[in-house]
Amino acid sequence: MLDKLHENRPAQLIIGLFIGILFGFFLQKGQVTRYEAIVGQLLLMDFTVMKVMLTAILTGMIGVYSLRAIGIVELKIKPGSWGATGIGGLIFGAGMAILGYCPGTTTGAVGQGSLDALAGGITGMIVGGMVYARIYPKIKDKILQKGDFGKLTLPEWFHATIPEAVVGVIMIGLTVFAALEIAGL
Amino acid sequence: MRVKSYGFRFMTVLLLAGALLLIGGGLRPSWAQDGEAAAIYKSMGPVETEGNLLTRKRWSPYTTGIAIGALSWLAFLLIGKGLGASSSYAKTSGMVEKAVKGEKVYEIEYYQEKTPKINTGWMLVFGIIIGAFLSARLSGDFQLTAIPPLWNEMFGDNVLIRIIVAFIGGMVLIIGARWARGCTSGHGITGTLQLAVSSWMALFAFFIGGVITAYILYAVSAL
Repeated sequence: MLDKLHENRPAQLIIGLFIGILFGFFLQKGQVTRYEAIVGQLLLMDFTVMKVMLTAILTGMIGVYSLRAIGIVELKIKPGSWGATGIGGLIFGAGMAILGYCPGTTTGAVGQGSLDALAGGITGMIVGGMVYARIYPKIKDKILQKGDFGKLTLPEWFHATIPEAVVGVIMIGLTVFAALEIAGL
Repeated sequence: MRVKSYGFRFMTVLLLAGALLLIGGGLRPSWAQDGEAAAIYKSMGPVETEGNLLTRKRWSPYTTGIAIGALSWLAFLLIGKGLGASSSYAKTSGMVEKAVKGEKVYEIEYYQEKTPKINTGWMLVFGIIIGAFLSARLSGDFQLTAIPPLWNEMFGDNVLIRIIVAFIGGMVLIIGARWARGCTSGHGITGTLQLAVSSWMALFAFFIGGVITAYILYAVSAL
């Protein structure tokens, strides 16, 4: 039904920009575009980032799986492996602690006037992309394929139905919120 | 069998993450001095619950999360995929290289997969700058700064050092993001909300790598 829209390139670029504007607006309103939000979270002093992400995950999950149930949305599951997801994820975490922004919030930080995000963060990431393009052929077959588990989903992994998995994740999420609020974080 | 075996390893990572959180939580009170806590507060400000949503400086994390979650419904409907950021930087790297060496850029295998062209995702990341600017201007939060208050508290006010460290951090960040095939948006929100095991694993790995590195930097700053 929406395939025609997805294939219309000019429309896609405009919609992409529009969604990006809203995304940036929300990130800044949540103040997660701040260095203090990211580093404060990683030092376990401030839990704003975890609350924002977990709320977005729960909200997004309910909506996307509902839209999928009525057949107008398809899932886009990324394949995973220990070599790619595990090692890459640890490297990413280190970068996030050093920079103090993530890729999306770096651009958000630029929008709120953080010059360190512009002069250091954006340039560093562009150079990082060039470096990775050189590393990629060396790790592609050996490391990235290590412990490959493909496009596995939680319901498949736990042999659960989708409604069971969705309810399970909601319960875990609400428990985490309750724990954080009780602990005063 | 395959699934079970990796499931077991995944549980091990979960347990390690839990143990790390406990250790971190135990260390926190003695390490977190009033200064740093105040610096965090100074930058982000208190959550505002009164007045016009558009002009508030800071929304509650739950309001923000619901807004971003609902935005991802829109993204799945209108662009056929969720929110993501990191591949746009790799594309930008390719665009810069293409500007220098033309079509030879395609000799690099990675740019055949991540073509150096503007696409929907690239426009999305560009839009974030505009959206954040609008948000900051509406609330009077826009301010040109180079040293975040918490950084100042830990490492001082030398602008050059901050920019160099940010540059290194940015490099490591995007290498990690492309290595893991996604970042805090693509894996951390979009992948996790689809209940992808790869994305939940990525989110835990981000967090473990980040907490360890943040505490190392914090310890260095205290020397």
